Amino acid sequence: MEAALGLLRRMPPKQSETALSALLSLLPQHSSDLLSQVDLPLQVLRDAESRKDFILCEYNRDADSYRSPWSNKYHPPLEDALYPSSELRKLEVEANDIFAIYRDQYYEGGISSVYMWEEDDNEGFVACFLIKKDGSKSGHGRRGCLEEGAWDAIHVIQVGPEEEEMAQYCLTSTIMLSLTTDDEPSGKFGLSGSIRRQMKMELAVAEGHLCNMGRMIEELEGKLRNSLDQVYFGKTREMVCTLRPPAEIVHMRLPDS
Amino acid sequence: MADEEDESPETELSYDQKKEIAKWFLLNAPAGEINYVAKDLKAVLSDEEVYNEAAMEAFPVYNKSHMICLEMPNRAGDVIVSSYSEITENEYLDPRTAQVAIVDHVKQICTNVRPADDEELPSSYIEEFRCALDAEIQRYVGESYPKGVSAVNCVKGKDADGPGTDFELVVIIAAMKLSPQNFCNGSWRSVWNIDFQEESQVLDIKGKLQVGAHYFEEGNVELDAKKEFQDSTIFQSADDCAIAIANIIRHHETEYLAALEVAYSKLPDNTFKDLRRKLPVTRTLFPWQNTLQFSLTREVEKELGLGK
Repeated sequence: MEAALGLLRRMPPKQSETALSALLSLLPQHSSDLLSQVDLPLQVLRDAESRKDFILCEYNRDADSYRSPWSNKYHPPLEDALYPSSELRKLEVEANDIFAIYRDQYYEGGISSVYMWEEDDNEGFVACFLIKKDGSKSGHGRRGCLEEGAWDAIHVIQVGPEEEEMAQYCLTSTIMLSLTTDDEPSGKFGLSGSIRRQMKMELAVAEGHLCNMGRMIEELEGKLRNSLDQVYFGKTREMVCTLRPPAEIVHMRLPDS
Repeated sequence: MADEEDESPETELSYDQKKEIAKWFLLNAPAGEINYVAKDLKAVLSDEEVYNEAAMEAFPVYNKSHMICLEMPNRAGDVIVSSYSEITENEYLDPRTAQVAIVDHVKQICTNVRPADDEELPSSYIEEFRCALDAEIQRYVGESYPKGVSAVNCVKGKDADGPGTDFELVVIIAAMKLSPQNFCNGSWRSVWNIDFQEESQVLDIKGKLQVGAHYFEEGNVELDAKKEFQDSTIFQSADDCAIAIANIIRHHETEYLAALEVAYSKLPDNTFKDLRRKLPVTRTLFPWQNTLQFSLTREVEKELGLGK
């Protein structure tokens, strides 16, 4: 299992789907472990009734059907399927509406879905906030900079039972992205990757779970975006300059040339 | 675990399927990381035979496409493993020292070295052009790449004994920086084909540059950049050709590096914005406090001017 995760960390991020399916076929006995530890680019389905797209993931899947957060119906229809309690469903509906506004504010497009379900072993619940954005020229890229641009955000947040008006929140966020520009004179320039981070907080429930979850997601998502931009892309840029330093550095090192 | 295996008997792979998967992982290893991939792959496969056969097939392809540089024994110098220097699958010519390196692909070492036979080397007429260009390229690479290696091979018309025949030289430049303790590896590969056309007295120059970087500390991020170039110059004496070609290569590679820098500098405020903004369009954090009750959603929409 460790070796499998090691391989996934080394394969090109753009090939993560191929790499995972290869590992699943080699290690069928570890399939549930692998699927729970590895995130893949998100898929989308159309909810014809609500005339809206929704995102597919393990959290809205039952057998081979996926539940739409808009109509609360499974696609394709499924009998005896799992649904959140009506109370939690109310929060889910609210979360979907608000998160759609949040998504529009930060992403200027894209698709979002929120799914919630009760925890079996305590009074708490789990919520999964998903965003998918196609930022390419042909997609929702306002500036038209990207030949290809995909962003997938997965935020899974465990909310513990309320105790003395406080609750424990544990958020795990994953960002997967891939962008390619193809302009003169830089040619084909592609950056892709994924990172995952965790954040735990104990917060007063006075303002509501949604408010707490939202703030945590906003903070962690912003941090992940910045570390991709500054740290991760920055490291690859440093690497390029190490391989072939810009002219001024070369001259400084070679005063006699 | 055993009973779980029983649930999915249909997923049992054939020997060939396993080998193909193993080869896929090896061939997709980032620059300088094939041995780490091989180690994990062995553990995942737990089948020595499949692994060995996959390695025998994948390593030569990987080594040639990454143009790895190996040290020859007895301080005989370095040899670049590439399809341009390949004599047989395990023999690679180092044109600079006129030696042939015997290579163990899977171990990525040079096990032996022998002097090249006359028929493996270019004629003295071609060698004059090749040698002059090699000297210019070595100088350029020494100045511009702290860890770069280069070679000039003749891939067409190497037996021409004087003017009157077309021939083709290939310049390869490879630079690799491995820093596994910092979770960061990278490689730069240039291949320049120079077609010496006798009739038109023109040198047709085609270049392919490929730059990759992999940073994987608590994540996995990859740069993959490539570009092709085309240029030409006039057929002159060997020395003048060498200077002209080296200048053209230096010019394009310097410009390309500058273009990559521009692409990077555009990222934060331009390119990345098309995926996700740093701050919302309102330039303030999202007003979650106004989302206390569902009925307030509409107010949020109004406040943000998104009402339908």
